[in-house]
Amino acid sequence: MLEIKNISKHFNEFSIKDISFTVNPSDYFVLLGVSGAGKSILLEIIAGLIHPDKGNIYLNNANITNQRIQDRKLGLVFQDLAVFPHMTVFENIAYPLKNKGFSKEELKNKIEKLAETTNIKHLLKRYPGTLSGGELQRTVLSRTLALEPEILLLDEPLSSLDVQLKREMRSLLRKINNKGQTIIHVTHDYEEAISLSNRVAVMHNGTIVQEGKTDDVFHHPKSDFVAEFVGIKNFFHAKLFSNESEKYKTAQISDKVSFFISTGCADCEGAVMIGANEIFLSNAEIDSTALNNFKGKVKEIIPSRTGIDVVIDIGVDIIAEITRSSLEKLNITEGSEICLSFKATSVKFNE
Amino acid sequence: MIFLGGLVLLFIIAPLIGMFIHTTPNDLFSTINDNQVAGSIWLTLWVSFAGTFVFSIFSIPLAYLLARKKFLMKQLVLGIIDLPVVIPHAAAGIAILGFLSRDSVVGSAAATVGLNFIGNPAGIAAAMAFVSLPFLINAARDGFEAVPERLEKAALNLGASPARVFFTISLPLAWRSIISGFIMMFARGMSEFGAVVIVAYYPMVTSVLIYERFGAFGLKYARPVSVIFITVSLLFFIILRLLSKQKNAGN
Repeated sequence: MLEIKNISKHFNEFSIKDISFTVNPSDYFVLLGVSGAGKSILLEIIAGLIHPDKGNIYLNNANITNQRIQDRKLGLVFQDLAVFPHMTVFENIAYPLKNKGFSKEELKNKIEKLAETTNIKHLLKRYPGTLSGGELQRTVLSRTLALEPEILLLDEPLSSLDVQLKREMRSLLRKINNKGQTIIHVTHDYEEAISLSNRVAVMHNGTIVQEGKTDDVFHHPKSDFVAEFVGIKNFFHAKLFSNESEKYKTAQISDKVSFFISTGCADCEGAVMIGANEIFLSNAEIDSTALNNFKGKVKEIIPSRTGIDVVIDIGVDIIAEITRSSLEKLNITEGSEICLSFKATSVKFNE
Repeated sequence: MIFLGGLVLLFIIAPLIGMFIHTTPNDLFSTINDNQVAGSIWLTLWVSFAGTFVFSIFSIPLAYLLARKKFLMKQLVLGIIDLPVVIPHAAAGIAILGFLSRDSVVGSAAATVGLNFIGNPAGIAAAMAFVSLPFLINAARDGFEAVPERLEKAALNLGASPARVFFTISLPLAWRSIISGFIMMFARGMSEFGAVVIVAYYPMVTSVLIYERFGAFGLKYARPVSVIFITVSLLFFIILRLLSKQKNAGN
């Protein structure tokens, strides 16, 4: 367990102030914020690269605030990767394992096993100069995992990858986390936070503005900044299944609720999102081209900066963003029954 | 532009070519067989190499500190390192002579273990190193500065000790600059005359031998020694360069 208590650090033109949070074992903790919010600095303070002015860091109840970098066992994957250019992929991964008393054979087995997990076994003899961005990322991830870190610290690990590689990397990170590896992941991309984390802290101007379970933070943003930043209001963890239709798949949200979705892979898991302004409301069921049609009860009507958010219970809570005139026209009140529909193409999927 | 540049190049090359043209094969052959010449070239090479090697053991860590650490009066330290380049080498020789002579603290301490710097290869190496050290330190410092500090931090984060980080990350990545500085220091030390002649006229390094032959017998006798010395120096220079290139290609 990692406890960050009242950490502050002042630089000439920027400071991070009074940061506290806790990361439990096996958590996938995302530090979310725009560029310059102080996320990377916080990560480097945790890793010991930067010393805080105030506050303490506890790892498994031991105060590690003044512990040397090399003794912390908190593996950091830098945003610019910091792969050792004069060593092969094999030697890079072997770096944290040297001088640990492994025999040559044991070392080889360990490295091959790691390379298999990250799918770079065929690259072990290559030098970094000949590798692509995704391959370098996997090399550094393997190297850091070889350390068997208490916590894996990732600084914008997906930012330089293309869409396909991002998907593969996300799936790999989820796999690593599922094996019990605690992860702290810094990103500016809320979709990454939604699809990977179980806890999230939103950072802004050097402070944490909200922290908690991912679902809570995204569904109940405490400030305008968080609401605006996290943007998307409807997201659900889902399992995707193929059905008779070749064009669509079924995203199973809960036992009772499922959506039709036009993208994604069969038999995979991830997060589905629906834009709140892509949901249409009506008083009666209507014939339309939209495949997803539900009936539900209005739970809450919340005025927002851009209109009115209507929270409707269809087995899960779904939020539709409508105008004030629509609200009056349809005579929507809390507790009333309402029909809603949205297209299969409006449902986005993130593995 | 090209014409002016060409003139400068000609200024460097013409005297050398002239010297080679004016030296007959007979002169060369007899000079090569002259034991005094061969002995002095051998002495010059090994003393300069040994001096460079011994001083590099101390200079490379210093270069690393200068590249990585900020400390009080760092600019002053950097200035001191460049000092040998700007002071006249004969004056440097006098300074070293005073520093290493039997009357000095260092000289008398060395004498107690049977080492006498004056008129000794050790004194020659010291004089050579004094005037050529800045080449190694500055090149190595540039090399270390070019190594991204992030790589060192990453290595620490992977559990390596600072010493291991130095030997496995910083040193190999700065290697090219260090070797280049090593070659420059070696070559510069080898060609030193002013400081060496004051500290040790004997045993004679090649520069001193050339000077002596010129003074005693004239240009005709000094020239073949110069030709042979230049050829040997160039050969060494090229071989070391190629070796350092290969080492880097391996990386």
